[in-house]
Amino acid sequence: MDIYLTLIQLLDSTVRLATPLLLACLAGLYSERAGIFDIGLEGKMLAAAFFSAAIAAMTGSVWIGLLAGIAASLVLSAIHGIASITFRGNQLISGVAINFLAAGMTVLIAQAWFRQGGRTPSLIGKARFEPITLPFAEAVQDVPFIGPLYYELISGHSILVYVAFAAVPLTWWVLFRTRFGLRLRAVGENPAAVDTAGVSVVGLRFAAVAICGVLCGIAGAYLSTALQAGFVKDMAAGRGFIALAALIFAKWRPWHALYATLLFGLFGALETRPDVIEAVSGIKVQGQLLAALPYLMTVIILAGFVGKAIPPRAGGEPYVKER
Amino acid sequence: MTLMTKFLGAAAAAALGTGAALAEPALIFDLGGKFDKSFNEAAFTGAQRWAEETGETFREIELQSEAQREQALRRFAEAGSNPIITMGFGMADPLTSVAPDYPDTKFVVIDVTWIEGENISQIGFAEHEGSYLVGMMAAMASKTGTVGFVGGMDVPLIRHFGCGYAQGVKAVNPDAKVIANMTGTTPAAWNDPVKGSELTKAQISQGADVVYAAAGGTGVGVLQTAADENILSIGVDSNQNYMHPGKVLTSMLKRVDVAVFDAMKAGADVKTGGVITLGLAEDGVGYALDEHNAALVNDEMKAAIDAAREKIISGELEVASYYTNDSCPVLDF
Repeated sequence: MDIYLTLIQLLDSTVRLATPLLLACLAGLYSERAGIFDIGLEGKMLAAAFFSAAIAAMTGSVWIGLLAGIAASLVLSAIHGIASITFRGNQLISGVAINFLAAGMTVLIAQAWFRQGGRTPSLIGKARFEPITLPFAEAVQDVPFIGPLYYELISGHSILVYVAFAAVPLTWWVLFRTRFGLRLRAVGENPAAVDTAGVSVVGLRFAAVAICGVLCGIAGAYLSTALQAGFVKDMAAGRGFIALAALIFAKWRPWHALYATLLFGLFGALETRPDVIEAVSGIKVQGQLLAALPYLMTVIILAGFVGKAIPPRAGGEPYVKER
Repeated sequence: MTLMTKFLGAAAAAALGTGAALAEPALIFDLGGKFDKSFNEAAFTGAQRWAEETGETFREIELQSEAQREQALRRFAEAGSNPIITMGFGMADPLTSVAPDYPDTKFVVIDVTWIEGENISQIGFAEHEGSYLVGMMAAMASKTGTVGFVGGMDVPLIRHFGCGYAQGVKAVNPDAKVIANMTGTTPAAWNDPVKGSELTKAQISQGADVVYAAAGGTGVGVLQTAADENILSIGVDSNQNYMHPGKVLTSMLKRVDVAVFDAMKAGADVKTGGVITLGLAEDGVGYALDEHNAALVNDEMKAAIDAAREKIISGELEVASYYTNDSCPVLDF
């Protein structure tokens, strides 16, 4: 076994597994930084996964599919926004409702449209995001060390992976270097102050929820049109919740969100290679333990053992202008 | 007011009417869902065939969570459905608590063989025998001498599949390596094609060139990745050869459809109080051969497998069952 190549393959798998988590985590970051808790990430991803696969299957174009996925996710975001911002409902309940709605509706609509039992037809050709080969990847393929690194790990992913990674510095810049970002963070900490300054709290929160919808839409489309070739019921398989755990783990910071999701992705990748762990550590580690690790670590963080995770202060509370 | 009374009366009459007419059989699908292209879909196919042949109807429910198992059983029993056919090992405990409360209702359970009850008919399949045959095919089709197994939820039943498969592989090529992975430990493992893909890729990077998926909806991802990466895959339960023609070596058939069809046909007279195991001899398990995989299966392969099949039926060859010792002689999970 070539150790270096195995490592590259592991990291390659890490990137694939981390990408949907990263997108969903950043989505949650925008929303929660603005004071809107969102446990409906899972549902939005699922809805986006279905609609992007369904529309891509019908039109034969994955780009139209992606737009449809984002649109579906935005609709759910709007529901969440109206329920929890406009009508000041409980954000957690609204999120749970979105998860249930997405889980049921996707299968129901898929069955009505395609009659394949809640699945979409398999996507072929242009209806699917193909891996893209970066410039010079083929040329440097045989160069020792950096060749495999560039060809296998950095090149050869679908475009959405690069979008996800680019979203990290962009998010950092938006949140910490722009006026919009400052206000968005302020609205999650002290909305009354933002209101006093004459800035619309409702508008900012809706903007944050909408950005969340777009990112969840991309995450869902990545699942069904890049990683897979079609939608299968419940295919998000809890990734929205893992993303939430990663968000807490990252303490609501963009770069840390990247590290956290990569770490969670690495655990996922290691879970598929028990032989590697056995070779490295000499002991047979149960896959279940690795699967549980991200959650264990989140609990440790939440318990305050490794620094304290303090959520945005106004998170979860609807803003009431006058009392 | 009178209109209201009329409506209520009509509703009540309708309700009573359905109550009386309901000797309909009921079918409770497991968490994988009715259209998993595999285990539950096979049951649906069987029920559908019965409905078409007899012109009668049946009731059905797709479970969404563990908590619904007992609820669904009781609801159908209260409504008078008979027999009530349930799918999957997860039904064992709910059945033991519900069945004694409805002594006049017949229950049929598939994939459970270890519970007691006078009104329960338990149907098991000799999955290890069918898996043995497809394991032989995998070993014969493999060029690298390494084959893979992707299981769904890590339960004894799935290990039973994997164990039979590994024995078949080793029977053809004692030096062959079998890589076995499970998708997870929760029911979500039946519907996680993304994880199925990653497991397949991981197995390919370890040299596997035939992968057997016994993983419900997760298997869709396994078959897809195998086709994308240009290796062979093996489907399970239903015939999945058509999903990627020329890329699916075969499918391990588990004739759940036949079992469900027979149970529905017997209706309220279905024989209960015992365990039926359907193996190769009863055509309860087998392998799929059709136009989609004809090019992949050569005569030599077919002859070897049919010979092994005869030997297993005659008892000359015994495939070790995972259940016997809760361990597999040739594969370490």
